[in-house]
Amino acid sequence: MAAKIVPRKYPMPEQDPKVRIRNFNEVPLGQDPETVKLEAARCLRCKPAKGKTVPPCVEGCPVGVDIPGFLALAREGRFEEAIALIKEKNALPAICGRVCPYENQCEGACTLGKKYEPVGIGRVERFLADWERARGFRVPPRPAPTGKRVAVVGSGPAGLTAAADLARRGHAVTIFEALHAPGGVLVYGIPEFRLPKEIVRAEVEYVKSLGVEVKVDVVVGKTVTLEELRREYDAVFVATGAGLPNFMRIPGENLNGIYSANEFLTRTNLMKAYLFPEYDTPTKVGRRVATIGAGNVAMDCARTALRLGAEESYIIYRRSRAEMPARREEIQRAEEEGVKFLLLTLPKRYLGDEKGWVREVECVRMQLGEPDESGRRRPVEIPGSEFRIQVDTVVVAIGQSPNPLVPATTPGLKTSRWGTILVDEEGRTSLEGVWAGGDITTGEATVILAMGAGKRAAASIHEYLSGKPWPRDWRPVNG
Amino acid sequence: MFRILSKEFLCPTVARFEIEAPLIARKAQPGQFVILRIDERGERIPLTLNDWSPERGTITLVALEAGATTRRLNSLKAGDHLADVVGPLGRPAEIGRYGTVACVGGGVGIACIYPEVRAFKAAGNRVISIIGARTKELLIFEEEIRRFSDELHVTTDDGSYARKGFVSDVLRELLEKGRKIDLVVAVGPVPMMKAVAEVTRPHGVKTVVSLNPIMVDGTGMCGCCRVEVGGKTRFACVDGPEFDAHQVDFDLLAARNRRYLEEERIALERLKGGR
Repeated sequence: MAAKIVPRKYPMPEQDPKVRIRNFNEVPLGQDPETVKLEAARCLRCKPAKGKTVPPCVEGCPVGVDIPGFLALAREGRFEEAIALIKEKNALPAICGRVCPYENQCEGACTLGKKYEPVGIGRVERFLADWERARGFRVPPRPAPTGKRVAVVGSGPAGLTAAADLARRGHAVTIFEALHAPGGVLVYGIPEFRLPKEIVRAEVEYVKSLGVEVKVDVVVGKTVTLEELRREYDAVFVATGAGLPNFMRIPGENLNGIYSANEFLTRTNLMKAYLFPEYDTPTKVGRRVATIGAGNVAMDCARTALRLGAEESYIIYRRSRAEMPARREEIQRAEEEGVKFLLLTLPKRYLGDEKGWVREVECVRMQLGEPDESGRRRPVEIPGSEFRIQVDTVVVAIGQSPNPLVPATTPGLKTSRWGTILVDEEGRTSLEGVWAGGDITTGEATVILAMGAGKRAAASIHEYLSGKPWPRDWRPVNG
Repeated sequence: MFRILSKEFLCPTVARFEIEAPLIARKAQPGQFVILRIDERGERIPLTLNDWSPERGTITLVALEAGATTRRLNSLKAGDHLADVVGPLGRPAEIGRYGTVACVGGGVGIACIYPEVRAFKAAGNRVISIIGARTKELLIFEEEIRRFSDELHVTTDDGSYARKGFVSDVLRELLEKGRKIDLVVAVGPVPMMKAVAEVTRPHGVKTVVSLNPIMVDGTGMCGCCRVEVGGKTRFACVDGPEFDAHQVDFDLLAARNRRYLEEERIALERLKGGR
């Protein structure tokens, strides 16, 4: 008997925009078990397409989770088995269930989505992870130790994923983190209202429960060098991320009140500036905040500004709506919350007061010309269209470059002209025994792509530790 | 957690701490700094390394009570722990054999210049040290600096000890008398470093200053500490903290260091009210 098709996802309740811009609590509120069973039951259980080994949704998942498998268990209410199946491939499901761009991945590939809305795979994953966390993790039995030791540099999504996979194969893993808390961008970058830090903490605890040791306050390249780690460990995985903020290099950019997105978000998320003076780190936004850029990080900044008390929060972007790199969902939420979009607008300079504080941003209007090398239409200035916007705070969210600390202090570690560490298809670098993955090899990307890179590197490291020789003809694939 | 092994007040507002931090002690070099956080709710503040001992596995920090965090820090005792100490950060000072090096320290900056005095002397330079404080009781490290200096000049702003005046006055006189100085290194409050830069500029003497902007992560990630040097934006935490004094925009640095005066006041009042 063919089940009746349910054309739309079952809705997930959310905090009302008027309420949520006054707090830092999570926006979506999660679903109840009965709704989740119904959502999981929307899955058509597709077979792999001809010539493929997995169905389209699994192919769309950078870490290869058995999606039809966990949905089938979830529809029957077998939540414990469902989450165990996810965790065979993904150690961070509560995080992925919140920040993955499913629409481009599993849900983007979902057959149901060709005609209707795809299965809400992300929200089922999120439910299962939350359901398990509320009950306490069941720690899988530890395999026999292999006697091999692996150092992981950076505790963001790539590092945590690689560490978990390697620990499950019996290797002794130590993660080195420069900041005082593990999680990388998950703790300093992504705001509490999108990814509660309690959830990151819990998933890091799960990774630790697999036997992974985490050492915070160690800056590799300063406190210890990569060369020292190479001598002490059998393999090293470098996952240091894209932590170098870009600025536009326009006049007035160092005025007071102008933050990089990283600084603005780090103060708020990692240092909890929204709880000042209960927490020591301050931040200030004033009445009008302009965020430059239109990616996910920019949306995070514009929405954070509202929650910190800004009356007006603008996104300033030089191209048009169609080119905005942020996820549709993030743009929509920002709009619901009252963020104003100044599109086809380019900042030219900042003007300050006598005490050095930014007061105005001078912009010029743009129009779209011929497509550039990225395939997007190139924005061109409209002469004479300059105008000024009054601002108290500016957040520059135009992207980040790879963190140079490790490459700059490691002779022989080859990098591209953009500063990314060069790796082959398995994540191997130019130095034997050293792998790299995540934003340090790709430039700024997503949590799940970094996790995929961590997974690939862990598989390759495991083979190497099991006796597979280092390749003689190393060829980078990301040059 | 990082244990405080010993703590003593050098004067009523300046304390010295010896802290267990073996990894940092192994790597520390003159001119570098650490970032510390007192506890879970604390802010991250940079402090220049005053000393270190790889054998003992310890570092020594000197803190001037300036705001809520340093006030809390200076209230800690031997046996207490700091939540986080990370480093050594920043590029080390370029210690080499220059000939005659003038090491200039103002206020708590004297504690920061001390390891450089020692290192420049060990590298075979003739070291002229010039240290100064607002008043006699705030003058620190005089004897330690004297030990490694070929010549020591001391000033107090109010004349309560040694010579009345500023460290920059002494440096100006030396240069005007025609003393050959090959390198000047200055650490101290922004107006003092700016004054030193203006004194040496007409004489064309290479001058290096250690900048002290507000920082958060200290590893180049946030850009909070950006300064302008030669018209270019640099991150003091990874590109510095030492820069060519004649290229630094000191007025910008001073303005940026005043960003959170209001919040510092709120935090301090809250602390005095018993947090």
